Amino acid sequence: MKFTKLLKPIAAAVMLASPVAMAELAYVSNEKDDTISVIDLDTMQVTDTIEVGERPRGILFSKDFSKLYICASDSDTVQVMDLKTKQIIKELPSGEDPEQFALHPNDRHLYISNEDDALVTIVDTETSEVLAQIDVGVEPEGMAVSPNGKIAVNTSETTNMVHWIDTTTYELIDNTLVDQRPRHVEFSKDSKILWASSEIGGTVSIIDVDSRQIFKKLNFEIKGVHPDRVQPVGVRLTDDGKYAFVALGPANHVAVVDAKTYEILEYVLVGRRVWHMDLNTDQTKLLTTNGISGDVSVIDISKMKAVKSVKVGRYPWGVKVKS
Amino acid sequence: MNISKKTLNSALLLAGFSLSTSAYANLEININYLNQVMDNGPVLSNILPEPEDSGLRGAELGIKDSNTTGRFLKQKYSLNTYQSDAATDVIAEAIRLYESGQRFFVLNTSSSTLNKIEKSLGDDAVIFNAGSADDQLRKESCNAGVFHTLPSRAMLTDALAQWLKAKRLDEVLMINGGTEDDQAYASAFKRAAKRFGIKIVAEKQWDFDSDLRRTAQKELPLFTQTKEYDVVFVADERGDFGEYVLYNTWYPRPVVGTQGLSPVAWHRVVEQWGAAQLQKRFNKHAKRWMTSEDYAAWAGVRSVSEAVTRTKSSDSKIVEEYIRSDNFELAGFKGRKLNYREWNGQLRQPIPLVHPRSLVSQSPQEGFLHPTNELDTLGFDKAEVKCSK
Repeated sequence: MKFTKLLKPIAAAVMLASPVAMAELAYVSNEKDDTISVIDLDTMQVTDTIEVGERPRGILFSKDFSKLYICASDSDTVQVMDLKTKQIIKELPSGEDPEQFALHPNDRHLYISNEDDALVTIVDTETSEVLAQIDVGVEPEGMAVSPNGKIAVNTSETTNMVHWIDTTTYELIDNTLVDQRPRHVEFSKDSKILWASSEIGGTVSIIDVDSRQIFKKLNFEIKGVHPDRVQPVGVRLTDDGKYAFVALGPANHVAVVDAKTYEILEYVLVGRRVWHMDLNTDQTKLLTTNGISGDVSVIDISKMKAVKSVKVGRYPWGVKVKS
Repeated sequence: MNISKKTLNSALLLAGFSLSTSAYANLEININYLNQVMDNGPVLSNILPEPEDSGLRGAELGIKDSNTTGRFLKQKYSLNTYQSDAATDVIAEAIRLYESGQRFFVLNTSSSTLNKIEKSLGDDAVIFNAGSADDQLRKESCNAGVFHTLPSRAMLTDALAQWLKAKRLDEVLMINGGTEDDQAYASAFKRAAKRFGIKIVAEKQWDFDSDLRRTAQKELPLFTQTKEYDVVFVADERGDFGEYVLYNTWYPRPVVGTQGLSPVAWHRVVEQWGAAQLQKRFNKHAKRWMTSEDYAAWAGVRSVSEAVTRTKSSDSKIVEEYIRSDNFELAGFKGRKLNYREWNGQLRQPIPLVHPRSLVSQSPQEGFLHPTNELDTLGFDKAEVKCSK
């Protein structure tokens, strides 16, 4: 008996030391510092702070994690960073004020929302060519491409719509009206369901992708928090289809939703003005950016509790984990 | 009760509003913006004049925003504008427009002009007051078909008094200008002071006729030599002398009110909650900063289009009913959804407290509680309003 107890930590130590299991890193964009903070997820320390363009918001990795794409909103460009050298190797023509974007599963086409111009710009990341610009509603924000690559969706914050774009023709095919100030959109893994958060409406619409109709709306209630302060922004689904996490902005909580029954299971207290989230590789931890407190909360998913907060730069916006 | 209402609402939503937008019918909506140009008389402080098209540009942007949305819904919005300095002309134009079938009006006029227009038009006219902060309109007149997008003076001064209380600046010297508007602003502040436990240690009437640009340093210290105060409140709406009070008071104390730290509906320093985008859009459209009147006119136009979008109707009765209902919500870039008070049609809204270069705070302040909605700690609550519905 004693033996097995002893063995476990040793096994874990061996795993850590093996060259395959490199330390996971979380990249965090700091909107008001023009930097990216890098957090080592083993030590939970900020190991690097990298200067980037002005007002970095949305960030994402290329498929092989060799490059980081950064929406440098006030520099009106999408920057491409080589993660080995930490140098900006390219600036893509993004259109004005890029805020969020999504990479097509083909690993080449970047769909970018241009907040000031009511446009979605599609850029080929290899040739830097603008493939199309599509008129959408006022203040385009959330952007997602379905995992099967067929459909791109964009939300417009002031028009209050989800816009559906055909990725082969680059044409707008339909719109779905949702509640006030839609922010983030996220597809289920099978591309059949779309989750769309409405910040001011205080709801998350769950939309059937085929019919483009809302079939369920989530409302949130947190004891001691005025309903108007409950403002859903980021949405993140686990790959096993079990959970959906919804960041509730100034309510300072993340809602944990059963992704099958759409029941709200609980609310996890995190830092102030929680914005976007990402999961670590084995999906045991959820990281949240907290704009006002300027930190990242780490939630242990088995306990559904924030176990750590890591101080980063001013107004952390996006977070992505690199394995 | 609450739950069943909510369930009903979401059932309605699911039944009526969740269709993709391809099912929409064509609608054309015209909104009329009427502006009575006010002559505020000569002022001493004429360095930074207010823009002459304040309000109009906000209405225009509201139409633009609504059309970008409307494009996907086959809705087309247009703006008809009229401007005159004669109240009688503005009233005549409103009547002419109503008789020609127009139903949606955004008014930037005096309160008496607004009252006359409301009485002259039929019940099915929907009017937005985007120009008058007059408390009487919210408290006594209670025109049935009128929504107020501009905050009342009571809302502004309540927002200020809450902040003073929160900062424990509760002994105040008041300096009041001579115009009727200044007197109204001062009375609103007195009401707020009473509500929130602020003490007025002295009250002075401004009646100097010297040129303060040259003599403020000499005149004001003496003028403000009273019993000691924590803060100086100025009521000078048109900006005649107020700017010269700052840094010239007998005791070195902050200045608040129409100058110094001011409660406003909107200001260029508001940038949180996505406001930066509205500011940028406005600046691109008008080549200047967005004022409170611009914001109020924008909110009026956006209220109409939001209701048209959700009800799929341009019928003014249906639109008005929806705007008054619990379902209505306007994303107004103030950090929470905005809607209208059922008892007087006032748009509930947080009030930014600003100085020319930054946002200092936003009321309601934390800790000022209300049984149903904290925003109703600003301005006239249901029990104070004398309207018979």
